[in-house]
Amino acid sequence: MSSSQFPAPHYVAPIKTETISVDAVRVAARKSNLWLDAWRDLRRRPTFWIALVVMAIVILMAAFPMLFTQVPPDNDCQLSNSNGGPTAGHILGFTFQGCDTFSRIVWGARTSLSVGLLATAIGTIIGLIMGALSGFYGGWLDAVISRVGDIFFSIPYILAAIVVMSVFSQYRNVFTLAFAIGGFAWASTARVVRAEVLRVRQADYVAASQALGQSRFRTLLTHVIPNAIAPLLVVTTISLAAAIVAEATLSFLGVGLGGSTMSWGNDISQAQQSLRIAPMALIWPSIALTVTVLAFILLGELIRDAIDPRARARR
Amino acid sequence: MSDATMTPLLSVRDLKVAFEGEGGTREVLHGVSLDVYPGQTVAIVGESGSGKSTTASAVIGLLPGTGHVTAGSITLDGRELTDLSQTQFESVRGRDIGYVPQDPMSNLNPVWSIGFQVKEAIRANGIATGRKEVEKRAIEVLKQAGLADAERRLHQYPHQFSGGMRQRALIGIGLAADPKLLIADEPTSALDVTVQRVILDHMASLTRERGTSVLLITHDLGLAAERADTIVVMNQGEIVESGPSREILENPQHPYTQRLVAAAPSIASQRIQAKVEDRGILRESDIDAPATVKVTDLVKEYKIRQGGFRSEQFRAVDGVSFEIPRGKTLALVGESGSGKSTIAKMVLKLEDPTSGSIEVDGVNTGKLSAKDTFNLRRRMQPVFQDPYGSLDPLRSIGNLIAEPLNIHKVGDNASRRARVEELLEQVALPQELASRYPNELSGGQRQRVAIARALALKPDILVLDEAVSALDVLVQAQILQLLAELQSELGLTYLFITHDLAVVRVAADLVCVMERGKLVEQGTVDEIFAQPSQEYTQRLLDAIPGASLSLGGA
Amino acid sequence: MLGYILRRLLQVLPVFFGATLLIYFMVFAMPGDPILGLFGDKTPAPQVVEALRAQYHLDQPFIVQYFLYLGGIFQGDLGTTFSGQSVNEVLARTLPVTARLAVMALAIEFVLAVVVGTISAIRKGKLFDNVALIVALLFVALPIFVACFLAQYFLAIQLGWFRPTVGAQNNWGDLLLPAIVLGFSLFATSMRLMRGSVIDTLNQDWVRTAYSKGLSRRRVIPVHVLRNSLIPVITNSATNFGVLLVGATVTEGIFNIPGVGNTLYQATIRGEGPTVVSFVTVFVIIYVLVNLVVDLLYGLLDPRIRYVK
Repeated sequence: MSSSQFPAPHYVAPIKTETISVDAVRVAARKSNLWLDAWRDLRRRPTFWIALVVMAIVILMAAFPMLFTQVPPDNDCQLSNSNGGPTAGHILGFTFQGCDTFSRIVWGARTSLSVGLLATAIGTIIGLIMGALSGFYGGWLDAVISRVGDIFFSIPYILAAIVVMSVFSQYRNVFTLAFAIGGFAWASTARVVRAEVLRVRQADYVAASQALGQSRFRTLLTHVIPNAIAPLLVVTTISLAAAIVAEATLSFLGVGLGGSTMSWGNDISQAQQSLRIAPMALIWPSIALTVTVLAFILLGELIRDAIDPRARARR
Repeated sequence: MSDATMTPLLSVRDLKVAFEGEGGTREVLHGVSLDVYPGQTVAIVGESGSGKSTTASAVIGLLPGTGHVTAGSITLDGRELTDLSQTQFESVRGRDIGYVPQDPMSNLNPVWSIGFQVKEAIRANGIATGRKEVEKRAIEVLKQAGLADAERRLHQYPHQFSGGMRQRALIGIGLAADPKLLIADEPTSALDVTVQRVILDHMASLTRERGTSVLLITHDLGLAAERADTIVVMNQGEIVESGPSREILENPQHPYTQRLVAAAPSIASQRIQAKVEDRGILRESDIDAPATVKVTDLVKEYKIRQGGFRSEQFRAVDGVSFEIPRGKTLALVGESGSGKSTIAKMVLKLEDPTSGSIEVDGVNTGKLSAKDTFNLRRRMQPVFQDPYGSLDPLRSIGNLIAEPLNIHKVGDNASRRARVEELLEQVALPQELASRYPNELSGGQRQRVAIARALALKPDILVLDEAVSALDVLVQAQILQLLAELQSELGLTYLFITHDLAVVRVAADLVCVMERGKLVEQGTVDEIFAQPSQEYTQRLLDAIPGASLSLGGA
Repeated sequence: MLGYILRRLLQVLPVFFGATLLIYFMVFAMPGDPILGLFGDKTPAPQVVEALRAQYHLDQPFIVQYFLYLGGIFQGDLGTTFSGQSVNEVLARTLPVTARLAVMALAIEFVLAVVVGTISAIRKGKLFDNVALIVALLFVALPIFVACFLAQYFLAIQLGWFRPTVGAQNNWGDLLLPAIVLGFSLFATSMRLMRGSVIDTLNQDWVRTAYSKGLSRRRVIPVHVLRNSLIPVITNSATNFGVLLVGATVTEGIFNIPGVGNTLYQATIRGEGPTVVSFVTVFVIIYVLVNLVVDLLYGLLDPRIRYVK
């Protein structure tokens, strides 16, 4: 290899007096891991706080409705008030049956949230267990669970809930409704968990833990699941929003909690007949429903961005 | 040919490149200047973060993300490139400057056939027009790139090619329009060692034939010296030294270059080779320690499902036997698919052998009760390859290092804390890290934590599965030194898995060469390097970058 | 490819059987008289009850009942509705209408999702992207029935641009408003998915290599970015179809469109259990078939599935 045919001066950069250290440890000012960083990201976003405030208001309405309205639950609906406009003490006016719109909205929050929370809890717990077991242990367990999941997945959960509630028409309460929704929605949660568990399972720290003699089950609990739940948090938040919409849709279709229960879906259903003459009776519960759902979905999106794997893999 | 009449083909002067981030503008190249003459091969050498790839990207106008040139000039054949618009640059790319990227799998679009991707390069650069002509040229390109059966290959998809074949296709695409300058960014780092040499030889012959200038980016100093006339050494966005390859290797002036030359395994192994030739070869019979680990006729078979209901038996490990004497390092060397990692897993009892035995200090590990296996684990611990996957990101460093103590219920809280402090000191990490998270550490630092964790239970044996392969050269040298010190201090026995024979020279006492599950050759490192008896071993030795350079004495 | 097709077909069978079994189980394996349970608090005419008992073979053990029921389905006999009409008759009348609505809604959704998603991705972080995000979130949060009413009230009643209900006259133009509402309610998730997919693809190495060959942006984006980005969106459209079915049910009900969804809507509101079960079963069968078609389409799009080494 002749090196003399090209002009090649031997250039040396000015040598700086400080020694170049190899791989020096620079301890950063603040501790950093996935959740700490995600929290720091979230708390400086105004939309995060807005969503949180809206959620807090709705939760308060559900837990302590008397804080917001004096009108009792079996509120005195007088037909004489039918479709009346706002008056003192009844700021949003009256429904077709003469009930106070505002108070129905406040009490409706309890229905939406209780069904939503219970349905999501059921779906998430079943989904987490199924997904974790099938992803971690693989083999025939995975095959069976995945097949079962596929079957449940092939029935859109609202359609399934319609069937269940139609059949269980004598037992319309919060629990059956929550089971009807959550009992089918678990399949998509399980898929998300399974995918994440499969990814985490391949990491060397799982093998290292095994090489120390830790039982596989303990490894699943202490190492795999904590590292796999980040996307689950996003899915759960969004599932909560979906469950609330599901309850409202089912109530709207008449297979929710029954005609006289205060539910935003019921209100909307009843208000449709007088849509032309008194649209606000339909629009107010719609706004309540949409704003509540929007808050949860917004929160889910924000969390998703905060735990983004590209930021996670920051090196 | 006198120097005075030669003008450079590519001329970079005081190039500065910056990126926009959340914290404002960050400059990554602080004034880089270099020349490439027609027909010359120039290698830019540096570790990760040195700016070598950024320089190459700037030349071809493909800086990623928010990167942009803030100052300086890049001229190609007298034409200034830094103020070209995207459309103008399009005509330069492909035609005047060709590009060969690093990772052959991710650089080819999986949904289009190889032929499609070659043809679009041909059409875009006006080499040929009309379906028949373009097809003819595409076949030519693939043939010249060394792909046999080019007509059939045109219709195949990237995932149907092997890694080496894909890289050949990429080289073909890069040279399709006969550019004046070829930028090759770590073109073979993702390939097996023996394939690397063949591909690089081929690329060199192609460029030599056509008189193409080559700008070769690499992290391997030995490879740079072997393939390039001139070496440019970069560190942290600046050129620290540049000059003719031989001179840089034999007479490095800048402290950084000196460290690089001292640490680069391919060059270091040459030096040791020279020393050995003086003092004589150490033979296996010269080693006089009892066997700590004894592997006999180890076999591992897997069932591979062939689609439908058929399944095939695949022998990952096929009758392997070796012994590791106490206090020594035995290296298992092989390319991908050789079965070396599988052996490591079996030694660690992470998988069970199909047949054969593994003995640790005379005790057959396959026949132990659960309780005894648990206790055995205290004596053997692993350090894995991927520093970013071997530490649970949600645990603090102190917690991670103490985990072995927790699982084996050693001592109480106070003594465990003390032990963690002791271990952090042994691996030269500051105490404050105990409450921090792996997120905050670099690759080398994470490996040190992994080593500390492995040492927590005072094991006798460490299984190092490609433990330094993912690290930069200088960091790698640092970790190897740490491992050597720990070995002599604590009397440890190492099973060292690697694909890099040069590292073996530097780090190991004994070697087992593996090919496709079979043990091809074994002996002391001296014996293997000086007198290899198998053809495969010789090929591996030849494939070490810089093997053809004869560097006498340090 | 043939192997892939066969494997997918084989996988569909247990799902199909499992789903229909599940529905049947939910209805008929309950304590108490399933027939009366289906009617809720209505009292059906005794003849109808007898006909249904015979139809569902209630004197046989459960598994036999199920297989007889299944056999009926395969022979094209899907039972009768509450009002006594054969389900097949109803389907023949209503399926074309729903098909038209679905095709329009899907077309609107697909075009919007791909166009808006791609532009959002390319102009990530800029005004277009942020506005599109807000609009998408709004539509995801807006329940379908609310969207229908709002559209009905504002666009039809107030502004008079469309007829508020559809009714018997239901050719393509008349279905435009409900199709728009349905399409918009679906596009949000697909749009976000497309956006994410394009962003990921833009970061892929092969895109940079494509540029390095001297290709122009005009070529790289459609050829090397779009085709790859569409793959996850298309696979997701299978699940999206389930949302479409539910949406169609509500939309047809509110806009009074004489389609399959409306039949289910009316049956649900009136508490007519047997009809509900029959039509949900029809929907599930359609859903499973659509899933199969999408999977096969995915096999066509991604050569890695087609040619296994």
